Amino acid sequence: MALADATGRDSYIRDGRYDVERHWRDLNATRRLYTIGGLILLAVALVASLWFANETNAGKFIDRLPHLFDFAGDLIPRDGWEMWRALFDRPSPYDTGSLQYNYPVGRVYVTDTFYIPEYFYKMLETLNIALLATFIGFTFGFALCFLAAKNLTASRWLRFTVRRFMEILRAFPEIVIAGFFLAIFSLGPIPAIIAVSIHTIGALGKMFFEVVENADMKADEGLRAVGGNWLERVWFGIVPQVMPNFLSYALLRFEINVRASTILGAVGAGGIGEVLRLSISRGHEAKTLAIILLLFATIVCVDQFSAWLRKKLVGKQAFEFGR
Amino acid sequence: MTTLTAEQIDDIARRHPDAFRQSFLRRFAYPLGVVGLALYTVYAWWFFSIGAVLTNGHWDIAGAYLADWVSYEVRPEVDYETGDLKVTFPKYSPLGSDPHPDWVKETPGKVTVTVTRPDAGGGAPATSTGAAATTSFMSPSSPATSTGDGGVANSFMSPSSSATSMGASAGTGSGSGDTASVTEVRDGTARVDVKISGTSHVEIVPGAVVVTRGGQSVTLKTDPENHRVEAPATLPDWISQRKPGSKVYAYFGFAGRVEIRADVTKVSKRFLGWENFWFDTRSPYWGKTFPQVMALAFSGDRIEPGRSNLAVMWDNIVNNAEWQHGDVWIKLLQTIVMAFVGTLFAVTLAFPLSFLAARNITPNPVLNQILKRFFDFQRSVDMLIWALFFTRAFGPGPLAGISAIFFTDTGTFGKLYSESLENIDDKQREGVRSVGASPAAVQRFGVVPQVLPVFISQALYFWESNTRSATIIGAVGAGGIGLKLWEAMRTNQDWENVAYMVILILIVVFVFDNISNALRSRLTEPAAQD
Repeated sequence: MALADATGRDSYIRDGRYDVERHWRDLNATRRLYTIGGLILLAVALVASLWFANETNAGKFIDRLPHLFDFAGDLIPRDGWEMWRALFDRPSPYDTGSLQYNYPVGRVYVTDTFYIPEYFYKMLETLNIALLATFIGFTFGFALCFLAAKNLTASRWLRFTVRRFMEILRAFPEIVIAGFFLAIFSLGPIPAIIAVSIHTIGALGKMFFEVVENADMKADEGLRAVGGNWLERVWFGIVPQVMPNFLSYALLRFEINVRASTILGAVGAGGIGEVLRLSISRGHEAKTLAIILLLFATIVCVDQFSAWLRKKLVGKQAFEFGR
Repeated sequence: MTTLTAEQIDDIARRHPDAFRQSFLRRFAYPLGVVGLALYTVYAWWFFSIGAVLTNGHWDIAGAYLADWVSYEVRPEVDYETGDLKVTFPKYSPLGSDPHPDWVKETPGKVTVTVTRPDAGGGAPATSTGAAATTSFMSPSSPATSTGDGGVANSFMSPSSSATSMGASAGTGSGSGDTASVTEVRDGTARVDVKISGTSHVEIVPGAVVVTRGGQSVTLKTDPENHRVEAPATLPDWISQRKPGSKVYAYFGFAGRVEIRADVTKVSKRFLGWENFWFDTRSPYWGKTFPQVMALAFSGDRIEPGRSNLAVMWDNIVNNAEWQHGDVWIKLLQTIVMAFVGTLFAVTLAFPLSFLAARNITPNPVLNQILKRFFDFQRSVDMLIWALFFTRAFGPGPLAGISAIFFTDTGTFGKLYSESLENIDDKQREGVRSVGASPAAVQRFGVVPQVLPVFISQALYFWESNTRSATIIGAVGAGGIGLKLWEAMRTNQDWENVAYMVILILIVVFVFDNISNALRSRLTEPAAQD
């Protein structure tokens, strides 16, 4: 009995081994084919893209390569201290009354003697744009995400509508929203706030509802069992467990928004981006250098602070975005 | 239903102390957060003076700009300065060079025309021209016949010579002697009716404009000579006049608007749709219906001897002066290429570097730290600055955009990848190493299979998000559709072009979003089964 069983199984394995191996080889061959085909496709697309990019560029890659550091060359200040004078709005020995070396003119006086250097003030403006936009985006994304989550909203149509709405908010180019509101409000930071906020609602809303869909539904079930209504179930069952993740995503969004509001500033929507663009176009080397340094330092600080806080909020999970 | 006794409640509270006695911060975290954010909002409201900006915004323009996204205006002008009505369209009107649309009806009739012409002519006024010659209005020969008062240069015209001039002119002269007005009756356009919408129209006759909206008519008297428009004392709210005698605006909502001046009435009539989307007014295909276009393209006589009609059609579409399809498509393709090549290069460079930066793969703290700080540096220099840097280097165009995305994302991918590598399961590496595999084989078979799905998934995620960032950095000169969008918006005239480009961008983003999602879900599916 046992022998028959053993031989039976053995023969089955022995016969099947070749099947399994053959199947494995077939699979491997198909996979290799796909990999090689995919790589060839990628290479062709890459070469075509590079050719197209080079062809439609103002200067050709090879011709312009010697000019690679032209930008850095424009930034060499007249002496090592110029950058710091520009950064802190101290008077410069080269000051001839022109805007290029007249640093104190930008001072923002808080009291009669205490002033905030111009670029710090502009940086604060950019940070405030990003913070306010993140806050607005958080509020509306928070309100919308529960309606888009499968486990909380039964109505397919409501879910579909909310998701498409958030998708449109997310995909709508920020620059168009900014441009439109610049036409209405004229130059200033408000268009940037609106543009970044609208994008943030869509982006955070998407991340939020994915978090909500992965939430543990036991708490919700308990509340449902004792007769909690929808709002109570969401507020007491879901919100406490998703809040750390929400805050972590909001912080991540804040990092992105600081960069976005800088770029929008460069196209006229206030903040440090605007002074950077003006300074570059006017050829004020020390000022440009000061702004770049300040921007760099700020972004490093914001990133470090946000990484630290996210780690505190959700631990290692904080870095697992982009999945 | 079981009811708990007080004893039982106390017992539960004793067993779970942290559930009932939370720290102050934990108990009030939500209210504190809300209060903090509310305070911050108030601060931001003050910092940006949001209230003032919102009230000072040009909200009236906003409606017109938004309407421009999906509609266009045709702006005929009816000129009645001379007494004869003349309908003109702007040079680049969407209706072509010489339109006669059915909503503008011209009625011929006898008109009394006041013609202003150079001085009445003939010999008699020649005596009066001495002074005027100094102002160079006259023909060069005139000063030769002038007598006497040529020295009175500044007084422009002596009273006596003016009188002579007036006598010579035929009719109701109005003023100076170098020109004269004549009144005559001749055939012309006596009346123009412009239909704005079903219930609104404008009726223009010499000396009066009647605007009607929904059964309510207002007659405005126009007086070209005194440059005045007389309106009734009480006006409905859709008609406005700043001060008595000045120009009058009549609004018809979305359908259009009419500006009535003393000598001209400017009509703006709005039509839903995008005008001349396929062919501009210079094209031989312009104004034809689809079957007509097809018929001409495939079977008509050759429009141009050198090319087939189909080639002409394609050329006309691509080079449409109003919509610039060819240029828009090239710029859009640049944006796509920027995101694709930038991301691909960044992945290619970050992949090997991340192995060197991960401390469990390369146990060399100095190298790890140098590479990680390098990644941080690349990430922290804003994409804007990289874009400016490379725009200066390569000139405006997609090369700058590719480089900017490449530099920023090498940092991002380097950081993400090295963190993923540091979190891998070491057992597989040990297993591969224990059978005597070479270091390269250990990485290939012990590490890569674990992280590759995550790596590719992250790369796809950033590919898709870079498509969006590429739009923005384009506006500072780094190539792509951003600059074109920005230029279209700056003019405040071409909002329909903005809408067109936005729709194209949305389509591209949605398509890439779906491709990226589909690929990512395929990649992470096996991992989810584990």
